[in-house]
Amino acid sequence: MYWQLFASFWKIGTFTIGGGYVMIPLMEKEVVERRKWLSQEEFLDQLALSQAMPGVFAVNMATAIGYRQGGWFGIVCAVAGNILMPIALILLLAIFFRHFRDNVIVERIFMGLRPAVVALIAAPVFNMAKRAQVSWRNVWIPVGSALLIWLLGVSPIWVILAAAAGGLLYGFLKGRKEGSR
Amino acid sequence: MILLELFWTFLKIGIFTFGGGYAMIALIQNELVVKREWLTTQEFTDILAVSQMTPGPVGINTATYAGYTAVMNQGGPAWEAIFGSLIASFAVILLPVLLMIVVFNYLSHHRDNPAIEAMFRVMRLAVVGLIAAAALVLLNGASFGTFGLNTQFVVSCLLFATVFYFSYRHKTNPILLIVASGVMGLIVYSL
Repeated sequence: MYWQLFASFWKIGTFTIGGGYVMIPLMEKEVVERRKWLSQEEFLDQLALSQAMPGVFAVNMATAIGYRQGGWFGIVCAVAGNILMPIALILLLAIFFRHFRDNVIVERIFMGLRPAVVALIAAPVFNMAKRAQVSWRNVWIPVGSALLIWLLGVSPIWVILAAAAGGLLYGFLKGRKEGSR
Repeated sequence: MILLELFWTFLKIGIFTFGGGYAMIALIQNELVVKREWLTTQEFTDILAVSQMTPGPVGINTATYAGYTAVMNQGGPAWEAIFGSLIASFAVILLPVLLMIVVFNYLSHHRDNPAIEAMFRVMRLAVVGLIAAAALVLLNGASFGTFGLNTQFVVSCLLFATVFYFSYRHKTNPILLIVASGVMGLIVYSL
């Protein structure tokens, strides 16, 4: 079973390019359909929890499923399986590019890549805004956060902490107001 | 001691990353490029490009690559850099994994609490701003070339606009867009 955990998450980590969310379909196929570790519903619950928690989404999923199936050692197997190949590959590439970074061809390729990467980060902002239910009443929160980090160099850590504290307080006060009615 | 600093830095990055790999970009940028100056903006953008093109979680890939490059830039030996990359990846998942276990055991029934719910809602809003900030910080000469009517700047703007359009409107596969941009760069700048 530990071996199955390792093997399944090895496959999920190794054969998906583009980050955690791309892994969801393959993860579902492995975990729900093939191994039957979770039901469809449990899988969605786990997904929501892993998204809400801090950290790397795919690793959170591996942790939750590994823990359910095999306790602490299950976590080690699932997480190690998930990240082993990516780490090895990235290290090889990092060493490779370190050697060839002054190469003209590599530099030209990266001159094309850089603006593309910026666009790839900018584009999902608008889709995420929709999903986070940004409206005219709360748009100051994302805009303010962005300006604080971008122009004033405030650490995102403080922004996240302030948002968490503000949200807790807001929810608490609102809950009390509704309770007293 | 750079390895210890790497561990501490990525420990912080891990626990404050809410909302996936893209949110982590803003944190890594702030810690490694702005505060500690372990990486240049250009190196950071290159790392992001490579991390998105290779298999695995983007957060792990970025941590591994950034850890390696940070030690190398400090003049450390290769073995230390490899060790640094492993430490960065381990540190970035350590606290979230422990937290997941705690939540799994004790807290899952508190999720419907209105205060907790509001907390996550406001944090999701802030994360949108975090990612926007990551993109804004990268809108600079390191990624686009010197501002003005020169080949690199014009080509960069066109590439930016095209990739943005396809990613936003058509949800085109990012790997395809990155590969196409790299090929375009190679062709245009070789002319």
